[in-house]
Amino acid sequence: MTALLPRRGLAQILALIVILAVDRVVSPQFFDLRLQDGRLFGSLIDVLNRGTPVALLSLGMVLVIATRGIDLSVGAVMAISGAIAASLADSHGLAVVLAAALGAGLLCGLWNGFLVSVLGMQPIVATLILMVAGRGIAQLITEGRIVTFTSPDLVWLGNGAVLGLPVPVAIALGMLILTGAVVRGSALGLLIEATGGNARASELAGVGTRAMILAVYVWCGVCAALAGVIAAADIMGADANNAGLWLELDAILAVVIGGTSLFGGRFSLILAVLGALIIQTMNTGILLSGYPPEFNLLVKAVVVLAVLLLQSPKLPGLAGIAARLRRAKA
Amino acid sequence: MKGLPPVLITAIVLVAGFALCAVQFPNIASTRVVGNLLTDNAFLGIVATGMTFVIISGGIDLSVGSVIGFTTVFVALAIERWGVPPLVAFVAVLALSAAFGAAMGAVIHVFDLPPFIVTLAGMFLARGASFLLSTESVPITAPVYSTVSDFALRLPGGGRLTAIAIIMLLIVIGGALLLHLTRFGANVYALGGSRATASLMGVAVGKMTVKIYMLSSFLAGIAGIVFSFYTSAGYSLSAVGVELDTIAAVVIGGTLLTGGQGSVIGTFLGVLIQGLIQTYINFDGTLSSWWTKIATGVLLFAFIALQQALVAVARRPVARSAGAAS
Repeated sequence: MTALLPRRGLAQILALIVILAVDRVVSPQFFDLRLQDGRLFGSLIDVLNRGTPVALLSLGMVLVIATRGIDLSVGAVMAISGAIAASLADSHGLAVVLAAALGAGLLCGLWNGFLVSVLGMQPIVATLILMVAGRGIAQLITEGRIVTFTSPDLVWLGNGAVLGLPVPVAIALGMLILTGAVVRGSALGLLIEATGGNARASELAGVGTRAMILAVYVWCGVCAALAGVIAAADIMGADANNAGLWLELDAILAVVIGGTSLFGGRFSLILAVLGALIIQTMNTGILLSGYPPEFNLLVKAVVVLAVLLLQSPKLPGLAGIAARLRRAKA
Repeated sequence: MKGLPPVLITAIVLVAGFALCAVQFPNIASTRVVGNLLTDNAFLGIVATGMTFVIISGGIDLSVGSVIGFTTVFVALAIERWGVPPLVAFVAVLALSAAFGAAMGAVIHVFDLPPFIVTLAGMFLARGASFLLSTESVPITAPVYSTVSDFALRLPGGGRLTAIAIIMLLIVIGGALLLHLTRFGANVYALGGSRATASLMGVAVGKMTVKIYMLSSFLAGIAGIVFSFYTSAGYSLSAVGVELDTIAAVVIGGTLLTGGQGSVIGTFLGVLIQGLIQTYINFDGTLSSWWTKIATGVLLFAFIALQQALVAVARRPVARSAGAAS
């Protein structure tokens, strides 16, 4: 796990602790947990549960961003996979439903990866295409209606519990460990970072940069599809208009808050997920505080700016401030 | 004139598309439909003009939709609740949005942060601020609004060129002149071509960045005022997602997202193409609204692939002659 948690996570961990402390002040029961019907309940679990879609998206997004790319289509891919899962849920078994939904995500990722790595398009435009068209495709699948289902298997994916944890949280945890094991347990992560650092130099050094880029977009599509299935299972229906709407921005934000530079070259999976949790802790805190949800966006904007400025190359970061304090004391 | 071929292609697609639509529905080829096309897309044309400058300079502005939303709410509240004369409200909101853009530009330049994330924060900030002002739709009943809405130039064939369409056309023309004929415009291209080179050649990169984002937000403010004329109301959820339509229009218009190439006229044609797709779907009546999104996506793909091919063709002879020289 040490490979997953570099020393540079300090700012994010501090930010999470500060926001958790603020949440504790506005809502004294924030840290209360209770076990009921074999599932844990409480605000903390709620944060984890609601943060799952963005956390899953950020797992794929962080790899894409590490190659100097960006994927704007993940929200639309969520809508597509959710629509497929909801339409098939009552007539097919869970295995078929999952295979179809994740397969659709894989195809979407393959399309994005093809545009970026083979046709050489700029990632932001290449994925904009699917972002615009994808939501239309999802509406085509549901024929513009909200498709509901009752299949207990799929509902369990959104609302069940494993060892006391909600199933979505367990899935996200599993995906984090799986992704971490694959990219950090092998040289894959290094090759992805090399591709983002300098694609041409890496290519000359023998890195299959095209394959790397294709692979990260495919993985991003699969993660988005999984998030879409969970979001659909959570509300027992698929709303092609609103499922995953603007979540691509939250996912990018989570990655940036997690300290991964948009200019590629290095990444941290665990900090990206931490970024997703920071966003969700903030959202839940504002809800619990009783302030109108209108404040949500304002607070988000301020926190984003603060985290960005802390990471700015032009400002002395946390390390610089700490060094100066030490000097002042001495 | 490197920027010419993509614009020509956009123009050809627009004319061909219009001709195809007119063959199927002869009524489309009337000044009435064209007038409505201009009116319905007036705010998009204005905001896309500003976005063209930003994208040519190598940046991106995700905040424009939120600035439009904020403007409509601010104007509606100022006129209806605070009793401010409409003109004063317009000046105030334009000053506010220009300052907002300038601030984003300054943050991008001073702290060396990616425009994508800074304007994303700006998008949250502006949308949040408009939620804070009011979450309800506020109708505007000021007499100026009915005067402006009723004003229109009669076109032959029964069409109406409305006031907001005229404002849009003037801004597009002004934007094209600013981009293609002034030093400011030349600097925008230079920035998009290469920041470092532009800086070495004496372009004040920081000042330019601030001015470009200021222009984009200022035009988004005007688009917001036009949008409030269009709907006669201010609503904090208006123009959600417009930044994407805008970026799509700019790309379809032949502007490269990497910066350094593009034109305002191309963007205007891109806006018209998007409007034409919408009009066709309205005329057809059996096609559902999601086909708009799919068609826009397909068009986006076609244009980007075409540009990619053009760039590849343009590069090849250069490489060959370089090889011959050595």
